[in-house]
Amino acid sequence: MNALHDVATEFPPQADLVRPREVESPGYWRQVRNRLSRDPVTIGAGTVLALIVLSALLAPLLAPYDPYQGSIMTRMKPVGFEGHPLGTDETGRDMLSRLLYGGRVSLLAGVAPVAAALAIGGTLGVVAGFFGGLVNTLIMRVTDVFYAFPSILLAIAICGLLGAGLVNTLISLTLVFIPPIIRISESVTTQVRAYDFVEAARASGARPMQLIRHQVLANVLGPILVYATSLVSLSIILAAGLSFLGLGVTPPTAEWGLMLNALRQAIYIDPVLAALPGAMIFVTSMCFNLISDGLRGAMDVRIRT
Amino acid sequence: MKHEAIIDEPMVEVRDLHVSFGKGAGAVRAVNGVSFALRKGEVLGVLGESGSGKSVMLRTLLGLLPAHARTEGTVTVAGQPVLSLPPDALRRLRGSTVAMIFQEPMTAFDPVFTIGRQIAETIMRHDRVGRDAAMKRAQELLELVAIPSAKGRLANYPHEMSGGMRQRAMIALALACRPSVLLADEPTTALDVTVQIQILLLLRRLQAELDMAVVFVTHDIGVAVEISDRIGVMYAGRFVEEAPIEALVDAHAHPYTRGLLASTVHGQRKGERLETIPGAPPNLAALPPGCAFAPRCRHADDRCRAEAPEPRVVGPSHVARCHHLSAGR
Repeated sequence: MNALHDVATEFPPQADLVRPREVESPGYWRQVRNRLSRDPVTIGAGTVLALIVLSALLAPLLAPYDPYQGSIMTRMKPVGFEGHPLGTDETGRDMLSRLLYGGRVSLLAGVAPVAAALAIGGTLGVVAGFFGGLVNTLIMRVTDVFYAFPSILLAIAICGLLGAGLVNTLISLTLVFIPPIIRISESVTTQVRAYDFVEAARASGARPMQLIRHQVLANVLGPILVYATSLVSLSIILAAGLSFLGLGVTPPTAEWGLMLNALRQAIYIDPVLAALPGAMIFVTSMCFNLISDGLRGAMDVRIRT
Repeated sequence: MKHEAIIDEPMVEVRDLHVSFGKGAGAVRAVNGVSFALRKGEVLGVLGESGSGKSVMLRTLLGLLPAHARTEGTVTVAGQPVLSLPPDALRRLRGSTVAMIFQEPMTAFDPVFTIGRQIAETIMRHDRVGRDAAMKRAQELLELVAIPSAKGRLANYPHEMSGGMRQRAMIALALACRPSVLLADEPTTALDVTVQIQILLLLRRLQAELDMAVVFVTHDIGVAVEISDRIGVMYAGRFVEEAPIEALVDAHAHPYTRGLLASTVHGQRKGERLETIPGAPPNLAALPPGCAFAPRCRHADDRCRAEAPEPRVVGPSHVARCHHLSAGR
C-alpha cells in the first residue's frame, strides 16, 4: 500500500482545476423508487392492485354476507339491489362477498405458480446460458419439447392428469411457466456472458460462482423479473380458464373464473352481473401488466433520469 | 547480490508460443512462434494490424483463452507457468499479480454496479479486507488515477462517467491489487486524441512509480512510440521485428515496419501523399509457406515465398525476420 500512498501524495488529483459539482449518486433501489414515483401509470396500477390484494386479505371483515350461503328468494338480483350492492348470483349468494373471497384464490393462482416457476426456470436458464455446451443443449432441447405445446393445452393436459383441485392447478401452472422462463433467462444470460465485463472479472480472478452472482445475476434478474410479472396476469387468466372448464378449483369455491363460468348462462338475464367476475380478472391482470411495464423502465440503470 | 538476481529475472517470459483455434486444415493459427522476455519496469509495445494475433497473444498471458484454443510453447509470468497452471492458482494470479486493461471501458465495467463497488469487489477477492477498508482503498485508487472528487465518483455507475474518466477508473481497477505485470489491450483506441495522450501519460507515470512490467498492445504506431521502451511488430502471429524504440524508428530493418511507418500521418510530412501497404493481412487459416509478408512485399523473391525467415540480429537487442534485411532501410 505504501507505494500507492506515495504516488497519491506526490501527484494530488487535479480537483482544483475544474470545480466539479459533488456527484453523489443515490443507491440503486432508491433510484428505482424515485423513478417509479414519477410514473403515474405505475402508481395508479399499483394502488388499484394494492386495494384488490387488501380487500382479498380482509375479505372476512369486509364481506357483508357468507359467500357460500344463498337464499332461493333472492336469486339473480341486479346490481344495487337492496342489501346486496353488487346483486346476487344464480343461487342467491351475495356477489360482493363472493368477489372478495374469490380474489384470494385467484391472486394465489396468479402469483404462486409464477414465483415457483421463476425459482426453478430461472436457475435452469441461467445455468444453461452460463455454462453453454452440453449442459445448454440438454436443458434447452427438453424445454423446446414442452414449449411446443400451447400453454393452455399443456395446462389442461397436466391438470387432467393430476385431477381437479387448487393444488393441482398451481402445480400444472408452474409446469406451464417453467419453459418460457427458462427460454428468457437462457437468452439474456447468453447475451450477458459475451460482454467484456464478464471477461474483465475473469481477468481479475473471479470464480465461476462469483461471476454468476455478481456479473450475470445482477444483469439478468431485471429482465427476467419483468417478464415474470407479465406472466402473473396470464396465470390468473389460465387458472380462471381451468376453473371454467371444470379442471381447476371445484364449486362451490368462490373463484373468479368459476363464477364467470356459472354466470355465463345468465348473460341474457343480467349481462352486468355476469360481467363482474370477468371485470375483476381483467382489472387485476391489467394492473400486473402495467406494473411490469413500469418496472422495466425503472429497473434499468442505463436509462438516464 | 541476491537481490539483484531477483530483479533481473524476467517478469514475463514467452518462448515459442503457438496458439491455434480448431483442428486440421481449417485451423486458424493466430500466434505462430512468439518469443520475448520482459523485465520489471519495462514496457513492451506490441504493434500490429487487426487480425495479427496481438490480442490473442495478450490473453494467453492471462490464460484467458476459450477452451477450444490449442497452445504450444511456454509462458512464464512472475515465475508461474501460466499454460500449465491449475485453475485455482491461475485465478490467484489474475488480478493480483497480473492485471488487464481493456479497450472499451464502457463494456468492461458491469453496468449495474457502481465503480466503487466493482473496484472494492476486486480488492476483496484477493485481500482479506472488509468492505469499508476496500472502499477506502478504492477511493485512494481513484485519486491515484487523478479522478476529481474521487469520493463522490465511487458511487457513480459506469454510464455516469465520460469515456476518459471511465478509462481512468478501469486503470484504477487494474491497479487494485498492485500488480507487477499490467497487460493493456488497446486502452486508448476508444478515446479521442486529447484524452488519449492524458491516459498515456498517466499510464507511463504509474508504470514508473509502481515499477510494473507492461505489455501494451496497439495498432497505433504513435501511441506505441509514446509509451514503450521496446516494440515488437507483429504480423500474422509472429514478431517480424523487435527493437528498442529509437532503433525501430531510425533503423528499422523489416519492410513491413517500413511500410507501417510510411503510412503514418505526422506533421513534418504535410502535403505528401501517404503510402499504403498493398494487399491485406493473410488469412490465418491458410498461411503462405514462406514469409507471411511475402505476398505484399515489393522485395519478395522465390526464397521468401518458399522459406520462412528465422529471426536475425540486426543490432543491440534488435532482431528481425527477413531474408532481405537491408531492403527495409
